[in-house]
Amino acid sequence: MDSRLGPAPPRAHWPPPRAHEQARGYYPPFTVLEKFLQTLMDGLAVGSLYALIALGYTMVYGILKFINFAHSDIFVLGAWISYATALFAGYNDLDPAAAGIQAAPFPVWVLYGLGGATFVALVVAGIPKLQGRPLSESARALLLGVTWAWACAGMALAARVLQGAGWSIVGGGAILICSMLTCGLVGFTLERVAYKPLRNAPRLNVLITAIGISLLLQNLGQLEWMFGTRPQGMPSLLPDAVLAEIGGSRPSPDADWTVQPVRIRLLDVIAAGTAIVLMLALDRLVFHTKIGRAMRAVSFSERNAALMGIPVDRVISFTFVLGSMLAAAAGFLYAQKYTKLGQTADTVWVLLGLKAFVAAVVGGIGNIRGAMLGGILIGLLEFFGVAYLIPQLRDVYVFGVLILVLLVRPGGILGSTAVEKV
Amino acid sequence: MLEVESLAVSYGAIKALHGIGLRVGRGEIVTLIGSNGAGKSTTLRAISGLVRPAAGSKIVYDGTSIASRPPHEIVRMGLVQSPEGRGVFPNMTVEENLELGAYVRSDRDGIDADREKALSLFPRLKERFRQSAGTLSGGEQQMLAMARALMARPRLLLLDEPSLGLAPQIVQVIFRIIREINAGGTTILLVEQNAHMALKVAHRAYVLEVGRIVMEGPAAELAASDQVKNAYMGRHA
Repeated sequence: MDSRLGPAPPRAHWPPPRAHEQARGYYPPFTVLEKFLQTLMDGLAVGSLYALIALGYTMVYGILKFINFAHSDIFVLGAWISYATALFAGYNDLDPAAAGIQAAPFPVWVLYGLGGATFVALVVAGIPKLQGRPLSESARALLLGVTWAWACAGMALAARVLQGAGWSIVGGGAILICSMLTCGLVGFTLERVAYKPLRNAPRLNVLITAIGISLLLQNLGQLEWMFGTRPQGMPSLLPDAVLAEIGGSRPSPDADWTVQPVRIRLLDVIAAGTAIVLMLALDRLVFHTKIGRAMRAVSFSERNAALMGIPVDRVISFTFVLGSMLAAAAGFLYAQKYTKLGQTADTVWVLLGLKAFVAAVVGGIGNIRGAMLGGILIGLLEFFGVAYLIPQLRDVYVFGVLILVLLVRPGGILGSTAVEKV
Repeated sequence: MLEVESLAVSYGAIKALHGIGLRVGRGEIVTLIGSNGAGKSTTLRAISGLVRPAAGSKIVYDGTSIASRPPHEIVRMGLVQSPEGRGVFPNMTVEENLELGAYVRSDRDGIDADREKALSLFPRLKERFRQSAGTLSGGEQQMLAMARALMARPRLLLLDEPSLGLAPQIVQVIFRIIREINAGGTTILLVEQNAHMALKVAHRAYVLEVGRIVMEGPAAELAASDQVKNAYMGRHA
């Protein structure tokens, strides 16, 4: 675990730490079963977050056939937006002086406030005149964006009120929604501004644009009036407790160190639970609703989908919004688990997004259930590799398996080359 | 019902249509015949809004110009196309394909009733209802494509080469159903290479040659003309 990601979760060391090492905060090892269980839990918790991010990659690929490299930045942005909103809502339970943390100056309330005010102005001034006449596409996009900002402002305010009233858990939920909404809007805007004009351009152009957007987001985020260049500590927005301990603290066989129990943390359960609920909701949406059917139709053929009367542009926008919202949720949950936020171009954080991309490819790019499976697998692989093989090779396991999958089964685990019958 | 005037389409530097004109009256079956590359599919694509026609092209449907409308709005107006190569969604079931056909509608009862109607028109699809469309035979896929187009409750149905690559018996079935659909009150614009069959079912016909309309008239008249017989019906005549 990289030191920048905050206190490492309990994990094994070999050889066992000596007394002076323990004093420096080393975690003692577990016995065989406990180590296995702990690794399994960590892998599942982080894997389910990878899966959430991977869904965004895979959905966009399924429809537009390009890798949206800016997606990992949406994930980082999700964490930062929830951080900024949390500060706005009054969750500053960290001691800034002690931790050497300075609040980011990102004026989240200006954004939301302006958005809300514009929306009210639009409603008051514009709607009566528009009655009975269809809105133009750009007017609709503007209205949508402003509504979005208004909803965010409402959520942020709600979180503030809830926090003040001592309902901090519900407030944390409001911040999660706020972050998802904001990133959804960012995803929508990116697609409209950067990708839509390239709809008929060669895929390579779109890919390069995506990389450019990714760099743009990383560097915009480092501006002083955005999030700044310093890592920050994430206030805890979700409850955490040790739900259960498997095994107990006891001296090791040579009584040199203490065996730690496996701790099932409430936070992990909430994180994995939220991720799983979101994934189930998405699966239901894609496979059992009208808009989901439209998404699958567009991903098979834009032209034939259009002939069904499906508004292709809107479905594509919807896909971007959905993927960005899931990535934001993953960012929120990851920041809750590891409590430290790297700056927006932080390699560790950007790499997390890339690992999710690997997960999407391993599961079969374009395949929604494949992305979920791939995410969990990559999470498990990473944590088991670190725990049982060489910990320093954390990233090697992930990218190694990518190469392996590409060699043995290029379509991914669940991906298949579609056979068309004429 | 549909009036097309000086419709020109180019793909880059290549002109596919050089300003054609055609008219489809309410209740008619009109066929557009011509050889490969004559621009038949391009015509339908331009009408459906899939390709942008050149400036000056006029496409008027039911009194409104649709030349610059996006395809999904055109479908909403009741102008529905069953595309060339069927365009069924192979990884979805027959049921889901039919549901997609009714995408623009939200009257659940009406959709269910129309699905029953479509299935009685194509009993084969009833047997394959829960099967994925990719596993159907070519003829069944064509039936699915047509049934799916009917699910949108079209007032004008564009059919692009429904007989392409099908066995002669299946072609007979398809054309019988085209007649039935028309008898039910749906106007049809039929694009075909199989001039023999197309001229048999159609009321009027246009002959398209490298982007230009070269002949038009009542289908029976064209079927009797030597020019059409020699150029398009050699095998059948």
